Amino acid sequence: MRDLFEKPAAGAAPQGSSDALFIRPVMSELFIETKEWVDCPGCKRRIASARVEENQLVCPRCRHHFRMDAPRRVDMLLDPVSFIPMPLSHTRVNRLNFPGYGKKLISYQKKTGMRDGLLAGTGCIKGQPMAVGVLDYRFLMGSMGAQVGDGLTRLTELAMAQGLPLIIVSASGGARMQEGIISLSQMAKVSAAIGRFQQAGGLYISVLTDPTTGGVSASFAMLGDIIIAERKALIGFAGPRVIQQTIRKKVPPGLQQAENLLANGFIDRIVDREELRELLGQILRLHEKSVL
Amino acid sequence: MNNVDQKTMEETAVSGTKAPVMRTIHGASLAQNLQQKASANAWDVVEKARDKDRPHPEDFIQAMVNGFIEFHGDRRFGDDPAIMGGIGWLGGRPVTAIGIRKGRGISEKTLCNFGMPHPEGYRKALRLMHQAARFHRPILCFIDTAGAYCGIEAEERGQAQAIAQNLIEMSQLPVPILSVITGEGGSGGALALAVCDRLFMLENSVFSVISPEGCASILYKDAKRNKDAAQDLKMTAVDLTRLKVADELIPEPEEFTVDTMQPVVKSLRRRMEHALLSYCALPAEELLNRRYDKFRKIGSLT
Repeated sequence: MRDLFEKPAAGAAPQGSSDALFIRPVMSELFIETKEWVDCPGCKRRIASARVEENQLVCPRCRHHFRMDAPRRVDMLLDPVSFIPMPLSHTRVNRLNFPGYGKKLISYQKKTGMRDGLLAGTGCIKGQPMAVGVLDYRFLMGSMGAQVGDGLTRLTELAMAQGLPLIIVSASGGARMQEGIISLSQMAKVSAAIGRFQQAGGLYISVLTDPTTGGVSASFAMLGDIIIAERKALIGFAGPRVIQQTIRKKVPPGLQQAENLLANGFIDRIVDREELRELLGQILRLHEKSVL
Repeated sequence: MNNVDQKTMEETAVSGTKAPVMRTIHGASLAQNLQQKASANAWDVVEKARDKDRPHPEDFIQAMVNGFIEFHGDRRFGDDPAIMGGIGWLGGRPVTAIGIRKGRGISEKTLCNFGMPHPEGYRKALRLMHQAARFHRPILCFIDTAGAYCGIEAEERGQAQAIAQNLIEMSQLPVPILSVITGEGGSGGALALAVCDRLFMLENSVFSVISPEGCASILYKDAKRNKDAAQDLKMTAVDLTRLKVADELIPEPEEFTVDTMQPVVKSLRRRMEHALLSYCALPAEELLNRRYDKFRKIGSLT
């Protein structure tokens, strides 16, 4: 099962083959289940990991939303066994030969069982077919390099070709520094693909989770026809530390919290995690008849 | 001579049979010289790009666009002095010109926020670009910024959304867009004016996802390693030409100031006019397909 996110063996099932229908994404090794107890950043109290885990990574006491990795997110949102992954490319991405980056990539691939910080594919939510891309914060903070940019572009083109609605769940610090200008250019590339998709009548729902900043918020994350954020997610252009350095003052608390973006008119809705699947299902059903 | 470079320097963005072939006026040996110079000293290039005496986008607009008339305001919130935009003539053709204004002297610089635009600046630029599309005018963007402003008001007014909106809409504007980086091309704040059909870069300009200082302090955990970071980020005009992100490189004189900028203005004007000749002849659909493919190819892994 772990093979799903590793390099497939020669002759492995191609994208969309029926074999993949019965594969479910692997669970994270990096996160919560590796420890027995966790300290909740919300209420500062110690809780059994199992209790957080069975509650979709939401603290049962204070409702703090722990960050969620991509395989788990797909598992939580999609109908069981409906997910058909779209494989990422095997081309080398360290085109600038950035020192240390190649090794770093390999170490994160081992830790997460993923090729890069994106899990993409097609599937169903409440019986509604759609294409979905989920960024994984564990992989170099969900940063977008060529792999993520190219994957999202291909996913958008796939959604357009198959007439599917598109959902992208963001959790990212922004563009990936180690890929320099290539990663910056992905912002324009993914945005252009989404532009075409929307022009053709496609529905794009952007789901913002903690954190969504930098080159990801300044491109596709803010371009959804409908933009939904998880409660208290950090969403912004610059990170709080950069703002603090720029203005040389303390950043007011809550400036970049989802709640503040809602008040300022930049997002459509805020949801609790357990409502997300239901809400997406309803929105998808309302667009069932929309032409693409 | 490196084949790739030669190809890039001479490659025509518009390679259709009808379109005239674009050739750079300078030979391959010059490109090679430039490359050796630049890759040896990425940090020197960064310093030159930031030099206070370097001509600013406003100088280029004044020198290149005849009869320039400046327009103001985003019609939503306000008028950002850090972005100037308006209409004028380039080679007998009406154009819309947009540039980052850095200002000279402390009061003007403060007014322009040191060339770091707020969201309303990007929205003004987009408004003027839509206007250009409505009247079939090509768009010229002159870029020199450390980046989009990272302050409280900028966040509150949606800096990320403003940049994202420029990216998606510029990829669909049915008129030619030519962008030139004259000094610093700072991350998303520069990209928001650089979704174009052809990207020009002056010899000592840079374009990067993050400043070398930022990269050094975050990745190397040592802000003093900015020189290494400048090298590793491959951010100079020559590097970017090699990576096929920039399409044309414009040589500069040794001392590059407003007084000595004439040859650069002349060569940039000539190349832009030349590019417009080709792009204006393309049907809108073809123009947009090529723009899409230009970005589609960058970091394409398939």
